[in-house]
Amino acid sequence: MNPNEKRAVKTVRLGGGAGFAGDRLDAPVDLAERGKLDYLILECLAERTIALAQLRRRSDPATGYDARLHERVESLLPALVRNRVKLVSNFGAANPLAAADAVVDIARRLKLPIKVAAVTGDDVLDALDLSAPTMETGAPLSSFGPVVSANAYLGAEAMLPALASGADVILTGRVADPSLFVAPLMHEFGWTLDDVDRLARGTAVGHLLECGGQLCGGYFADPGRKEVPDMANLGFPFADVDADGNATLGKVADTGGCITRATATEQLLYEVTDPHGYLTPDVVADFSSVTLTESGRDRIDVRGARGRVRPSQFKVSVGYLAGYVGEGEIGYAGTNAIARAQLAAQIVRERLNGRFSELRIDLVGSTSLHGRAFDDDERPYEVRLRVAARAKSREEAAIVGDEVEALYTNGPAGGGGTRKYVTEQIGIVSTLIDRSLVSPQVAVREWKAHAEAV
Amino acid sequence: MPKLYDLAHCRAGDKGNTSILSLIAYRPDDYALLAGRVTVDAVAQHLRGIVQGAIRRYELPQLSALQFVCEHSLNGGVTTSLALDAHGKSLSFALLEMEI
Repeated sequence: MNPNEKRAVKTVRLGGGAGFAGDRLDAPVDLAERGKLDYLILECLAERTIALAQLRRRSDPATGYDARLHERVESLLPALVRNRVKLVSNFGAANPLAAADAVVDIARRLKLPIKVAAVTGDDVLDALDLSAPTMETGAPLSSFGPVVSANAYLGAEAMLPALASGADVILTGRVADPSLFVAPLMHEFGWTLDDVDRLARGTAVGHLLECGGQLCGGYFADPGRKEVPDMANLGFPFADVDADGNATLGKVADTGGCITRATATEQLLYEVTDPHGYLTPDVVADFSSVTLTESGRDRIDVRGARGRVRPSQFKVSVGYLAGYVGEGEIGYAGTNAIARAQLAAQIVRERLNGRFSELRIDLVGSTSLHGRAFDDDERPYEVRLRVAARAKSREEAAIVGDEVEALYTNGPAGGGGTRKYVTEQIGIVSTLIDRSLVSPQVAVREWKAHAEAV
Repeated sequence: MPKLYDLAHCRAGDKGNTSILSLIAYRPDDYALLAGRVTVDAVAQHLRGIVQGAIRRYELPQLSALQFVCEHSLNGGVTTSLALDAHGKSLSFALLEMEI
C-alpha cells in the first residue's frame, strides 16, 4: 500500500479523560471502554500539585506521584488493554519513575501485560539559579520563601522517545498540558518542530481537551440560560485529528452533557492570556484564526490555528513554602444578620489587631467573592463571617479560628456553625530556563505474562 | 437596562495574578454591539476594586468573542491569596452584571 494514501485518510482519536487530579474516575473508564480511542490522556497537574507531591516524596521517596494513581489505573487498565488504547498522563507528578513502578505492579496484579515509559528531566531544582527573576514581579526566586520544587514545562519533543519505545503507558511529570496531546500526534503523523501550523492545530486540540468535561458542558451550565443535559453523567470529550491537525470534537454516545459552539468557544479561550500568541514548549499558537463549526449533534469541527516557532526557553514553575493561613467562620441569619456579622468582624479585628501582616474579613453570602454586591438592595437572609490571616507558624495561624469560635459566648446574638482551619501554603512563581540546562530522559518498565518485570 | 448577561456568556481563567475573562455573544449579530460598548475603560470602571492593573482586550470576531486579560486582579496571585475564590473563577458573573 502506498503509505501516502494511507496517511491521507488516517485520523487519530485522542480522549481527554481528566481535567485535574481530583476529577471523576468513571468518565474516563467509559471513554476507554466505548470511545474507540487511540490514546487516553489524563491531565492531572495543577500549578501547586507538583510542589505538594514533591513534599510527599521528601517524606517517602517511593511516593510523589498522583495520590489517586492506584484508583485510576486499576479502574482503567482492563479497558485500555482490551481495547488497545494507550494512556498518556502527567500523573507521574514529582516522581514519574515510582509512578511507572506502581503501574507495573498494578498490571502484574491484574495479570495484564504492560510496558510503561516514564519521562523525567522536568525537575530542574538543582540547575536553577535562585537569583533569577520571577516572571510575576521580577524579584528573585530566593526572595519569596524556601524553594521546595522547580519543574520545567517540558514539551512534546521530550515525550517522543517514550512513544517510540512502543510503551502502552507514557507517564510524565511537568509537561505543558497541550503537549500531552501534541506528542501522540507528532508520533503518529511524523510531524516535526518545523510543522508549526500543524503543531498549533494540535495545540488547539490539546487545549480544548485538557480540561475534560469543561468542553462538554461542565463548568458551563446556567439554568434557564445555558442548559446542559444530564450533568451527573457528563461524557468526557475526544477529538479525531487528521495528519494536518484538523480535528472534529465529540463525546461518547448516550452520555450527559453537550458539545456546542458555545461550550467549545469558552474552552478555547479559557486561560489564554494572548489569543494571538499562546506559548507552549512546542509552538507559539495563534488561536485568533480558529473556526469552530457545528457539524452534527455534539460534534464540532476545529480548523485554522496557525503557528510560529517555539520559544527558546522553558518556563519553570517554582514552588516555595509560603507560611500558614488560619481561617475561622461563623454564620448569622434573619433580620439584621449583616449588622451582627459586621459587629462580629469588628470584634475579631480589634482582638487580632497588629498580630498578622495580612488579615482578610469576608461576609459570605454578600461580599466574599467580589468585595461588593452589584445590586446594593440585595439583603441575604443569612450571612457567614469568614476571617483569614497569614501566619509564620501553624500555632499562630490557629489563633484566627480560635478567636472566631470564641464569638459563641462573647460575640453578637445568634451566631452558629463555626468552623476553623489551618492550612500550609505553597506559593508558586515562574521563571525561565535555557533549554540547554534541561535534559529529558525516558526509562521503560515492563511486565510480560510468564515473566518478571524487566 | 439589559445586562451583558442577556447577550453573552463568559468563563474566567487565571494565570498567577492575572484574571482572563472571555465574553462570547450568544448571537453572532451581537458581536458588533459588544465590541462597541464593552471597552477596556467600561470594564475597568465596572470591575473597579477588583481589577487593580491594566486590562488588555482582544477582538475575536470569528468566534463572536472578546477576551479581557486583567492584570493584578487576584489579590496577589492564586497560590497565596487569602480570598475564598483565589482563582477568581466567579468573576465571570461579575462581568456579566455590567449594564449595556
